[in-house]
Amino acid sequence: MPQAADIKSRIEAAIPGSHADVEDWTGGGDHFRATVVSQAFAGLSRIQQHRLVYDVFGAEIGGPIHALSLTTRVQ
Amino acid sequence: MSEQSNPIREAIAEAIEQNEVILFMKGTPNAPACGFSMRTVGALQALDARFAAVDVLPDPRIRQELSALSQWPTIPQLFVRGELVGGCDIVTEMFESGELAELLGVEGTATDAAEPAMAEGAPLQIENRLG
Repeated sequence: MPQAADIKSRIEAAIPGSHADVEDWTGGGDHFRATVVSQAFAGLSRIQQHRLVYDVFGAEIGGPIHALSLTTRVQ
Repeated sequence: MSEQSNPIREAIAEAIEQNEVILFMKGTPNAPACGFSMRTVGALQALDARFAAVDVLPDPRIRQELSALSQWPTIPQLFVRGELVGGCDIVTEMFESGELAELLGVEGTATDAAEPAMAEGAPLQIENRLG
């Protein structure tokens, strides 16, 4: 079962220079909420920014990770 | 995966093309089956937006094919004029910032009748043509 800390470290490892705050939304290990700040988002639409984060997890989204609610910001 | 015809994916692509505003969701606008779908419907309804809706739950292949087509992993998914706008997070953010109203051509409560209405808020069923 994924932990918020794993989600955070995987996002930060995959997106250079990013900072992620991740919380387990329900405490059940399958609904997470993340705020990700990265320079890598500059010039990208919201869809593209969120795709960068979703791509870190591939098929796990909708699988073991039922939901990953995202807020992305450029910094 | 193969080059064979894919009736479900084709039906989805057609629905996206034919409906100016279309929401793929869990459940129906009147009875959303997931909190994320409920919030997204709520944003559209708050703007009095007209939209077609497709319930992805009756057949798991609808969701698989939709995500393969859109390259977006989660439900709901809102499309406007053939383009994926986003899921619950993006739609909510755009609703709050006023961008959603702008995109949909609705301004607060004033209704812009320039565009012909494509679909009522009634659920649109994607026909399952596989046996």
